Amino acid sequence: MKRYAYFPGCASESTAKSTTLANEFVFGAIGIDLIEIKDWNCCGATSAHTLSDAMGLALPARPLARAEADWPDLDVVTGCASCYARLKLTNHRVRNDSEARYMAEKIIGQPYEAKREVLNFLDIMGDADVRKSIESALLRRFRKLKAACYYGCLNIRPAEVTGANDRENPQAMDEVAALTGAEPVDWGFKTECCGAAHQNDAALEARPLAGRIIENARACGANVILTACPMCQMNLEMRQSEYIRKREEKLTGKPQFPLLGMIKPPDPEQTIPVLSITELLAIAMGAGGRRLALDSHHVPVGGVIAGALRGDAESEVFI
Amino acid sequence: MSKTGVFICHCGTNIASALDVYKVAEAAKAIPDVSYAAEYKYMCSEPGQQLILDAIKEQGLKRIVIAACSPRMHEITFRKMLKKSGVNEYLLEIANIREQDSWVHEDTGKATEKAIDLVRMAVAKVQKNEPLKTSFIPVTKRALVIGGGIAGIQAALDIADAGHDVVLLEREPSIGGRMAMLDKTFPTLDCSACISTPKMVDVSAHPNITLMTSCEVESVSGYIGNFKVAIRKKAKYVNHDICTGCGLCEEKCPVKTDSAFNRGLSKRPAIYKLFPQAVPAKPVIDKESCIKIKSGKCGLCEKICPLGCIDYNDEDRLVEEEFGAIVLATGYKLAEWQSMYDEYGAGRFPDVIDGLQFERLVNASGPTEGRITRPSDGKEPKTVVIVKCVGSRDIKKGHPYCSRACCMYAAKHAHQILEKIPGSRVFIFYIDVRTPGKGYEEFYDKTRKDGAVYVRGRVSRIYKEGDHIVCQGEDSLLGRQVRVNADLVVLETAMEPSEGSAELLGLLGCAKDEDGWIQEAHPKLRPVETQVGGVFLAGVCQGPKDIPDTVAQASASAAKAIGLLNKDEMETSPMIASVAEDKCSGCGACEPICPYKAITLERIPDREPGTGRKIERPAARVNAGLCQGCGACTVACRTGAIDLLGFRNNQILQEVDALWP
Repeated sequence: MKRYAYFPGCASESTAKSTTLANEFVFGAIGIDLIEIKDWNCCGATSAHTLSDAMGLALPARPLARAEADWPDLDVVTGCASCYARLKLTNHRVRNDSEARYMAEKIIGQPYEAKREVLNFLDIMGDADVRKSIESALLRRFRKLKAACYYGCLNIRPAEVTGANDRENPQAMDEVAALTGAEPVDWGFKTECCGAAHQNDAALEARPLAGRIIENARACGANVILTACPMCQMNLEMRQSEYIRKREEKLTGKPQFPLLGMIKPPDPEQTIPVLSITELLAIAMGAGGRRLALDSHHVPVGGVIAGALRGDAESEVFI
Repeated sequence: MSKTGVFICHCGTNIASALDVYKVAEAAKAIPDVSYAAEYKYMCSEPGQQLILDAIKEQGLKRIVIAACSPRMHEITFRKMLKKSGVNEYLLEIANIREQDSWVHEDTGKATEKAIDLVRMAVAKVQKNEPLKTSFIPVTKRALVIGGGIAGIQAALDIADAGHDVVLLEREPSIGGRMAMLDKTFPTLDCSACISTPKMVDVSAHPNITLMTSCEVESVSGYIGNFKVAIRKKAKYVNHDICTGCGLCEEKCPVKTDSAFNRGLSKRPAIYKLFPQAVPAKPVIDKESCIKIKSGKCGLCEKICPLGCIDYNDEDRLVEEEFGAIVLATGYKLAEWQSMYDEYGAGRFPDVIDGLQFERLVNASGPTEGRITRPSDGKEPKTVVIVKCVGSRDIKKGHPYCSRACCMYAAKHAHQILEKIPGSRVFIFYIDVRTPGKGYEEFYDKTRKDGAVYVRGRVSRIYKEGDHIVCQGEDSLLGRQVRVNADLVVLETAMEPSEGSAELLGLLGCAKDEDGWIQEAHPKLRPVETQVGGVFLAGVCQGPKDIPDTVAQASASAAKAIGLLNKDEMETSPMIASVAEDKCSGCGACEPICPYKAITLERIPDREPGTGRKIERPAARVNAGLCQGCGACTVACRTGAIDLLGFRNNQILQEVDALWP
């Protein structure tokens, strides 16, 4: 059984509830042991490093140092792109910059040598053995599920740190999704920023970023967006109704006011469900909708998933 | 002590206003070796030179120091003058009191002191100078032009018209180069083929020109006036002596492979002419795709050929030829943008093409017979985006330089689209619009009036959305992001030195600049010569340029080559490395250091120390024709056996000693 030191990240226990349930299901099914880092803390994304370099360095350094002390032979894995970026960058800096290491160790009060790697779920699933165990754990196949795989900016960038070899058109998630029978579409926004970090402080600039990702996925024929990051996922889902409303306003020229804070549910014809890659795998591995809390999604996913599973002999009625 | 004369030039006010020339003259007179000193307003002028000549005669001067501008400027002028005087022209030293003194210092007093120091140093050195004699080498009256594009064609025609034999070497099966691929040429819009194909025919008909296509340079030895070049004649598999170019074989050939000439936009057979107007108008077989050569089956072309020209067993042959001059006209290739621009789709979208592909699309003899269509579905594009500076002017993409021709051909492309497709729209993303050339600005102006929309900014990414290709970029004049839904995108990509040019430069010993272009001997004053004597350059191989500049430079380098070939023998500079054989240990450290391959290790006769027996031992020898006097070997020599004549170690030390007497 493969083991990793696991950094869950704050979102895992709140907004990414369904993804966390899916993670547990999938990694249990394929025999990967994720050992939660003891007493882990917030990685500081996305504000700490913009306010203080020392804080941006020390916050991720602390859980990494703890993992190094407790399990010196385990790599660290996280399921969130923001956490991944902060942890990876800290690991990289401490490895290559002795001053940064000195500063980090001084603040957290314990040694930290950055001996092991920081990985994300896509890195783990890139391994050939892991792919095989995923394949053998699959119970159901999707049909006509056109998936736009959205990697997010922080799983890939900066390439000097992450070692990504294709910054614009990565393939790792597409390959994993294809194992379930989903058909990955060739689209243009795989690694574009969705603006998650700035939806509150720079809404005017950030809103269209998510909107365009949704628009391009639909225009390229996708009926589901897959993510590898709870922040991207939340952002792409939560902003859909607002984006669709704004587009209506633009097209019709009429303001579409929400009724006293009640936002009109968007036309299901215009929305696109957003699932994490582990949710997709969990469903294909037989997990039911209730078990995964799929009804917690902002944009309903049941219709598309049920449609993609229909006609499959082994599948039960979904949800 | 021989009598030394010092002459101080005012250079108008260039020197005289920044330092006290009279004081320098007074100080010079006080130097023990100096018997005469004078100053004058313009030493390089006719009366200035006369003043020096008179002083030599009247004062019996034996050695001359001139304190003036840089020796790069007028050393040759003064050497020529000395030839008339009886003083050896290498018993002259220039003290540079302009570039290294008056131009760069503000304090008159200190500048004067420095000038006096510089004069003292020059006087000290000239005492140790020795008379040098120029030697003469014979010249082979034949030129080699490497590269059969418009630059090579022009240079070959000019040299041949002057009465010299020329070999025009081209690695492709036809001459014509990039210009043969173009449709129309800016700013006059005359058809490229109409002006270049007659020149190609002139080349093939010229009695003084030997055309060698499908040939490459294998090795080069020798030196100015006497190059020996080994040429690889690549197997053509078709006997061109009897082939009439009837074209039957091309029709019958079952192979279809990507046409490089059409930039992959169409297919060609394995036995092919590069293009219909090819010179020579005879086909060759591409061994990479021919079924017969690869697997032994087929043989259709052999069966159909009425004259029996096909020979599948043809092999490469090596020939050695001698030349007096070499003109490099190796041109350019377009940058492989696919590997540089992930953000532009890295070549995944067939409707994102480069400028040369567009030229083939719009060309009447191209794959679409001149209809502008999308490579993906053959539809006529209504909205076209042209992106300039793709790869150019971008250090991150490896090309800091401007590719110079793109601004104009982008305008030409826009004009052609707007003219050929009614109701079409063209958006041109640019950083700057650069139109320095006769009629260029007017052409750009006309294109804008035709309706081309110029957007100042770079395209940050290109992606597909539905049927459209979306170009997103910043309009830096509006200060906001813009997106254009395009049907076709044309990338005007950077020019790069052509394939294999670095290897060729290595064979010749020529230097290249940091971008890989050939380094000219002097960027302003010797723009068509390389640092290797007798090797000239023409066209884009020296740096990006357009057709008018290329042709002008080709004629200029032809003039230089003709000047060399017109001589029966030529003078060589005596300021070259010289080996003191008694000191040389034969270690060979100098041999690989020499950038001009001028040093060889040879065995010389000697006597064994002690016994006095006759023996042979290795020692370095300098080839006077090849040595350019750079001095690299003198630094490498462990025993100090090599000295640069005119810059011997003891001469330089004498100069240094003079600074701190």
